[in-house]
Amino acid sequence: MFQNIGEMMILSWRTLLLLPQTFRQRRKVFDQLFEIGNTSLLMTCILSLFIGGVIALQSGPVLSERGLSSYIGGLVGLSICKELAPVMMSVLIAGRIGSAMSAEIGSMRVYQEIDALRTMNIDPIQYLVLPRLVAISFALPLLVIFSILVGWLGGAIVSMINHQIAVPFQAYFSNLREMVEVNDVVNGLIKSLFFAVIIGVVSCHQGLKTIGGPRGIGRSVTKAVVNSIVMILILDYFLTAFLLYFDK
Amino acid sequence: MSDTTSARDGVSVQVRGLRKYFHGQAVLQGVDLDVSPGEIFVIMGPSGSGKTVLLKHIIGLEMPDAGAISIDGQSIDGPGFMAKYRVAMVFQSGALLNSLTVGENVGLYLSEHRIKPEKEIARIVAEKLELVGLKGLEMRLPSELSGGMKKRVAIARALAIEPQLILYDEPTSELDPLMAVTIAEEILKLKQRIHVTSIVVSHDRDLAFGVADRIAIIHEGKILAVGSPEEIKANPEPIIQQFLTVEFKKQKFIL
Repeated sequence: MFQNIGEMMILSWRTLLLLPQTFRQRRKVFDQLFEIGNTSLLMTCILSLFIGGVIALQSGPVLSERGLSSYIGGLVGLSICKELAPVMMSVLIAGRIGSAMSAEIGSMRVYQEIDALRTMNIDPIQYLVLPRLVAISFALPLLVIFSILVGWLGGAIVSMINHQIAVPFQAYFSNLREMVEVNDVVNGLIKSLFFAVIIGVVSCHQGLKTIGGPRGIGRSVTKAVVNSIVMILILDYFLTAFLLYFDK
Repeated sequence: MSDTTSARDGVSVQVRGLRKYFHGQAVLQGVDLDVSPGEIFVIMGPSGSGKTVLLKHIIGLEMPDAGAISIDGQSIDGPGFMAKYRVAMVFQSGALLNSLTVGENVGLYLSEHRIKPEKEIARIVAEKLELVGLKGLEMRLPSELSGGMKKRVAIARALAIEPQLILYDEPTSELDPLMAVTIAEEILKLKQRIHVTSIVVSHDRDLAFGVADRIAIIHEGKILAVGSPEEIKANPEPIIQQFLTVEFKKQKFIL
């Protein structure tokens, strides 16, 4: 485990040093951005709409019983932007994009494509890891913004149509505006940026160290997804504690 | 890419006391070799004798457990080595990048290192593909090609680098006899045209004796003999003679 952590830190550092080369790799970055957006946007929309909806559905009647239904907008708004959108989107992207990254790089390793790059004096980190890491670091926060907006909308729809809650659109968003500050959304975006780096580094690292043919590729994909999710959830706690400290 | 060494000069290769173990098992047991600039040096040996591992060490894909490799007297572990010398390898499997088209694969080195403008790269790609009999296939994906065609694209990709040292891992495997002859001719032409140093790993006796200036026979990680094709043919070592003369005899299996 410690060897893996060390290797990932070295990979992150080497990628960081290569950041000035991003412009040269811009075509690959755009390809990856398109790949991430294209495969994830619809899923993000559906997932976020229903997450927003289910929070409203669970908490709305409880708030109504205590005469606090007007706070539903703020409750859904804060839950979505501070916690659920960044974490759920990161888990989704780890499953969809992290797995694809580790499978693609793993397959290139197994079928000697990475060796071929090295014989041509092309750095696999610059050619493969840098564009993926840059793309996911842009794409995930963007998806989280989209997820937040759709999640809020999902909460608003359920709050309006559920007869136990029965909070109109205007009242929902008025309370949401009152309780949710820009800082809360920024906190969620900061989290998502860290999670994006974790997904990119873990997935590319697993891909680069793949051995043993198709079974090895499968193993790498599983490890990439599981390790990313575990690390996201652990880091989420510490990031939340850290950001709360600065919120005070 | 540095211009300190002309891309038109072949390089010498020196291998000294090379040892490699995989899981405690010796794969290379003290290999010593000297390859002269512009020479076509063929390494022959049975499967599992360490030929490909030796080739991977020469290009820096494997790290030796002991011993040293140098090119033109400079250790390949030295800083900036790969940037100074143009070295290409033709992998047995081709090792084409499956997400790129044939044209992008062939021009990859030139485009990634920004050595030539795009139009010039396209011209070079077309020229190299024509050379290996794959004219007009620039837009195909590797998955749409046969094994032999992939190998020829890999050779075109190596040629596009205009290397000073080119390593071939079984260049004629999966090729029909006509294309095998074309590849052998191309290896010879390259030597005449750009005086490139070639190290060829092959089982193909016709190829080896057709193109080699010198041949090394490797067996169980040790070099058994090095010499001109005539010297190797005349070598009385039973393992070498068996390797060079064995033929399938159908009569043995007819009851």
